Amino acid sequence: MRLEARPQPSVAMSIASPVIAVAITVVLGTLLFALLGKDPVRGLMVFFYEPIRSGYALSELAVKATPLILCALGLAVCYRSNIWNIGAEGQLLLGAIAGGGVALLATTATGGWIVVAILAAGAVGGMAWAGITALLRDRFNANEILVSLMLVYVAEMFLSYLVYGPWKDPKGFNFPQTQMFPASTQVPLLVTGTRLHLGFLIALAAVAAVWIFMFRTMAGFQLLVGGLAPLAARYAGFSSRKALWTTLLLSGGVAGIAGALEAAGPLGQLTPHVSPGYGFTAIIVAFVGRLHPCGIVLAALLLSMFIIGGEFAQSRLGLPRSLTGVFQGLLLFSLLACDTLIHFRIIWARRLAWNR
Amino acid sequence: MIDLNKRWWLRAIACAAVASVALVAGCGKEEPKPAAKAAEAAPAPKPDPLKIGFMYVGPVGDAGWTFAHDNARKALEAEFGDKVKTTIVESVPEGPDAERVIRDLADQGHKLIFATSFGYMEQMLKVAETKKEIRFEHATGYKSSENMRTYDSRTYEGAYMAGVIAGAMTKTNTLGVVASIPIPEVIRNINSFTLGAQSVNPKVKTKVVWVNKWFDPPKESEGAQSLLNQGADVLFQNTDSSAVLQTAEKAGKFAFGWDSDMSKFGPTAHLASAVINWAPYYKKATKDMLDNTWQTGGVWWGHKEGVIDLVAVSDKIPEATRKRIDEIKAGLKEGTFTVWKGPIKGQDGKKRLAKDQVADDKFMHDIKWYVQGVEGKVPAGG
Repeated sequence: MRLEARPQPSVAMSIASPVIAVAITVVLGTLLFALLGKDPVRGLMVFFYEPIRSGYALSELAVKATPLILCALGLAVCYRSNIWNIGAEGQLLLGAIAGGGVALLATTATGGWIVVAILAAGAVGGMAWAGITALLRDRFNANEILVSLMLVYVAEMFLSYLVYGPWKDPKGFNFPQTQMFPASTQVPLLVTGTRLHLGFLIALAAVAAVWIFMFRTMAGFQLLVGGLAPLAARYAGFSSRKALWTTLLLSGGVAGIAGALEAAGPLGQLTPHVSPGYGFTAIIVAFVGRLHPCGIVLAALLLSMFIIGGEFAQSRLGLPRSLTGVFQGLLLFSLLACDTLIHFRIIWARRLAWNR
Repeated sequence: MIDLNKRWWLRAIACAAVASVALVAGCGKEEPKPAAKAAEAAPAPKPDPLKIGFMYVGPVGDAGWTFAHDNARKALEAEFGDKVKTTIVESVPEGPDAERVIRDLADQGHKLIFATSFGYMEQMLKVAETKKEIRFEHATGYKSSENMRTYDSRTYEGAYMAGVIAGAMTKTNTLGVVASIPIPEVIRNINSFTLGAQSVNPKVKTKVVWVNKWFDPPKESEGAQSLLNQGADVLFQNTDSSAVLQTAEKAGKFAFGWDSDMSKFGPTAHLASAVINWAPYYKKATKDMLDNTWQTGGVWWGHKEGVIDLVAVSDKIPEATRKRIDEIKAGLKEGTFTVWKGPIKGQDGKKRLAKDQVADDKFMHDIKWYVQGVEGKVPAGG
């Protein structure tokens, strides 16, 4: 058995590969749960059904997916343009810091417009942070993978400095946290009784905007060409500097908005734990979503489903967290493996001999 | 050939699709079964067990903070048998994720829920507001409400006793502490460790390395190594893993276990383990629920209540020091001994507690400074 490149990507496989991947995961998952002495049906249900069983469950799924969608969108634009931004986490944190800083200025009497200011500040914060990477790459040809990654740690330390130092809640017993933001800064909820907030709609709007930008505008086309064939882009006179700045500022901006949404949304204050690694998980989301805006929405929902399902597997089945991680890994692995079939086909050794 | 290929693939895809649809449909059909079973079991004469939920910040693992909480949970199950049923969710990030987990535990019928890290405070408070019929317990925080209360342990008592041993065992008169994050609890523990050491060896100096993480074995290990390089020969840590002890073991120096008994991670280096045993509190809280006497409030328990202890004391420790530890334990039990009793001077030489003045809990919660003998500066904002 060996792989052979297809002359052109298979349309049938591009639709079928996720289905096959899910089927493989179901089969392997059934085996896994059976080996652990758990009911496989219950095991599969906590991952595939419980996270979507009710309106409330769906709202939680959307809350979890929102920062992932936003970060992954920006990353997909970068990656398609051959700019390897690994630092969405840092850009998200700076967005949270900038947005949180504005939120701290508000009082209970401040109007709802403050939310717009918070999100704008978040976008600027994220863009500024990504801008450092762009500047260093542009001026000194510094590797953007390293620079953007290292800036994540700088962002973490900066956030820590603020919440341990000047922004610390004076009534907080010296714990590292700001005071709770006033209610006026809360990102509006879409459905009362849930945590589903405006951020989810913003994320969906961003999906549409990025889709139009990438596939329906000249600027987007230039980026794609620059990513696929840098020499052709150069020959056509498309500026690689412009591509560098556009993609990094765009991805920094959306990651920053994601951070501001987290801070002024479900969190409501700044702590050292603004993000449980959304910026890094978003890299997986971007690739599982095949760097396509619509794919990213599905991938973000899928990953959120599995993160939440992992908690359910612990609380309902008593499975340890590490095993839920194994199951999550199974799905990602089969998804990426099956995607190989879009560009390659399997040649069975027996058939090969016959062909010869 | 290509045609045949395509047909083969289409057939394979069709099979896969049918199989997965069948499986998914199967899942759907299976659903009512467990419910039906539960309904049949419901009218049994025995009352339903009290469902208790635990949310942990780290993996249970085999040592440290979360491990100690989980041991207490097991003790709880052993004590109450089928009167209780416990559930755990581990490695829950502090922040918005915690709210979802707490709410889900509440929706799943858990009547008593423990959140075992400071960073769950606001989230638990939010859920408590909307689930008045459920009782919430938050470790190490300071906010409570009518159905949410706090509990904590006086870890500084263990740190002080470890300090007494360290003061007796050091040859270089230099102790090292690998510290996590600069909140009063940790600063208090560094100070208490130093005070303990000074009580038997006034020449002792303490060096501190902050790693800004609760659980990060490589960083903890690096911190320990840098302390050893600076001449420290007895190490102590206020972090969650056994990395510091293991580093000391490799270097042939001494160290302690923290939160749980860590003697097996460094049999030669290990001097003693300052442990937290949450079982007495978890049993009390459960009893409160079963007896219907649960009331809000907050407790801060120490050796007296059986929550803090120094265990697995090594044979290498001189007899006199062991006796001193026993005296301290007895004193803590009877209330005749207090760690934070004057005279105590700050690092700057300023008098913080006058002779025989005993610190109250408010004073203890507000310690943002080092005592004399600790070197370096408390990090940003301390």
